[in-house]
Amino acid sequence: MIKTDILIIGAGPTGLFTVFEAGLLKLKCHLIDALPQPGGQCSEIYPKKPIYDIPAYPEILAGDLTHKLMEQCKQFEPGFTLGERADTIEKQEDGSFIVTTNKGTKHQAPVVAIAGGLGSFEPRKPLIHNIASFEDKGVEYIIKNPEIYRNKKVVIAGGGDSALDWSIFLSDVAKEVTLIHRRNEFRGHLDSVEKVQELKNKEKINLITPAEVVGILGDKEVKGVVVKQAEHIEKEFEIECDHFIPLFGLSPKLGPIANWGLEIEKNAIKVDNSLDYQTNIPGVFAIGDVNTYPGKLKLILCGFHEATLMCQSAYKIINPGKRYVMKYTTVAGVDGFDGTRKEAPKAVVKKIE
Amino acid sequence: MEQDINIKIIDREGKAHDVQAPTDMAMNLMEVVRSFELAEEGTIGVCGGMAMCASCQCYVLSDTELPEMQDDEEAMLSEAFYVKDNSRLGCQIHITPDLEGLEVELAPES
Repeated sequence: MIKTDILIIGAGPTGLFTVFEAGLLKLKCHLIDALPQPGGQCSEIYPKKPIYDIPAYPEILAGDLTHKLMEQCKQFEPGFTLGERADTIEKQEDGSFIVTTNKGTKHQAPVVAIAGGLGSFEPRKPLIHNIASFEDKGVEYIIKNPEIYRNKKVVIAGGGDSALDWSIFLSDVAKEVTLIHRRNEFRGHLDSVEKVQELKNKEKINLITPAEVVGILGDKEVKGVVVKQAEHIEKEFEIECDHFIPLFGLSPKLGPIANWGLEIEKNAIKVDNSLDYQTNIPGVFAIGDVNTYPGKLKLILCGFHEATLMCQSAYKIINPGKRYVMKYTTVAGVDGFDGTRKEAPKAVVKKIE
Repeated sequence: MEQDINIKIIDREGKAHDVQAPTDMAMNLMEVVRSFELAEEGTIGVCGGMAMCASCQCYVLSDTELPEMQDDEEAMLSEAFYVKDNSRLGCQIHITPDLEGLEVELAPES
């Protein structure tokens, strides 16, 4: 059991800034995120795109914003459960909550802050009529352990970076790699595209374009796929394989959080915006893009503000009756849980003769 | 102020809506759909309008002349589902006076 003060669901910008604000109040945080890395959308969808409305940053790349937020909160030593999705929440008799992930990891905290953005990122599944019956029986939407493909025949579908990068990687592991895409053009980093071209020329990757997988063959496990190719004349043929890996990107879904008994409106969690962004469940807050209230704007800067106010209420829940007034970091400095201290340099007091 | 234009949008339930879209607010078709709440929030414009998610895919029903498709839109549509010959990404269609009378149908959520 992982125990913490504030359990944050979602390690995007709002979740990461919560760690800093909570740290100023001497509250420890742990974050759960379905993605394998922190940053949320900023690192998953658009790390190389600029953002222009972060106060005091005329321009900052989304990936750089993530790095800066990580650096800003690191002295408060946040814990991370990455690559796991928060599935269930159970209220305990002492008022705390236990949140369990899809992999069974349990977390306990008196305060839960849902900073889940648009939801957890789930793989987009292609519309192949019999695909569902082969999931985890040779069809994988996410590559978790590349070793399972050693000396196997693998078919990858998709035209973006992950399809290209995994084709390259698996060409060294698998017995045979076939990459299938609906167009001749791929969208990815130039060096990935060039590398696939090179491996195709060396016959290490079997490239089939423009084509798509329209069916899966096999009894209980994948034995092959049916491919429809549309160049010049349309034709259908079968490819023998042990694994079919469709990589069509991820799309966010509110997911299991929708069943936590929270008031949901327009795919977002209703909160009390007159005070502290608490949900209808006391002790559970929703901050950032995942919440809604009259006049809500899904902006990173609004998430930062919401996180800050939420932490004040979390302090009162965790330390009932304990007095506190907000302090300016310039005046009080920042004392990290790792023993570091940041502070303003003392003014020089010296006589001028 | 510039003139609003008339657009017909068929939502994902098949209901047609006649809307007036401003041409002077640098809006795109995805944003028009959101501003009239014709698709549930969180199911459209997921990437914010960067042609990176296809949640605003629509089928163009009128023969309105549209801006030519750029590489990123074409690439995204080649990875999207439910794509037809008349598919476009709403976020890449900027509302201009030339689009008067445009008719589109929103593609299913995927």
